[in-house]
Amino acid sequence: MSHTFTAAGGYAVIGLQGDIDLHSSPEARRLILECLQDGRPTLVDLSGVAYIDSSGVASLVEGFQLARARGLDFGLVGVSSTALNVLRLARLDKVFPIYGSVQERVGQGATSP
Amino acid sequence: MADERSWSVCVPAEASRLQALRALVREAATDLGFAVPAVEDLVLAVNEACMNVIQHGYRGAAGTLELQILPLAAGIEIRLRDHASPVSLQAWRGRDLRELRPGGLGVHFIRSIMDEIAYLPVPDATGNLLCMKKHCIAKAGDA
Repeated sequence: MSHTFTAAGGYAVIGLQGDIDLHSSPEARRLILECLQDGRPTLVDLSGVAYIDSSGVASLVEGFQLARARGLDFGLVGVSSTALNVLRLARLDKVFPIYGSVQERVGQGATSP
Repeated sequence: MADERSWSVCVPAEASRLQALRALVREAATDLGFAVPAVEDLVLAVNEACMNVIQHGYRGAAGTLELQILPLAAGIEIRLRDHASPVSLQAWRGRDLRELRPGGLGVHFIRSIMDEIAYLPVPDATGNLLCMKKHCIAKAGDA
């Protein structure tokens, strides 16, 4: 798994690429939780995710729960068909806020660094 | 004539090996005629079963995972051999999907995807031999 980190419209945007599995999900979890612990609303871009398993989904759930506890916005963007299939299987596709793109969430006024 | 294709591999039970195991399942399922969505489901189910062994079977201790993939007349059979403490299907605990919490999804994924799941007897009575089957092949290229 590789990742990118950008900002847009006050959001931290974490882009995850490749496979998110038991080997790589601790890193995904750390990236997500660190942003939220810093008090930043966070979007996780899954458009480059080729594979995600239950440990990867657990990292997203943990982020969602922490965001909710802290009153921060949290969502998924550009969810790949592979990732969406797994979220559906977990019946989480209606739980996570899912957006087509970062722009869809942050609006036209957002800027990227 | 019987289909004599089979795939097998034995690797250390480590998270870093999962990607290679997934690649083998993907190759075998594709070769046996599964369509892409079903291939990815199978990959997920086998990955979750391997994860269970690494996390809950060996619990961080060294061990091996032996994966064997066999053709069925209309489907695929996947056998996963480990040498961790014996478990039973009754010990498989998923979570209520209405609860929102991390974890507990792997068992749900496996049960949702596979048609048959059983622990087979092992010759030396050590470890486990998990057998999972998926029937009703959708041929690649089918709508």
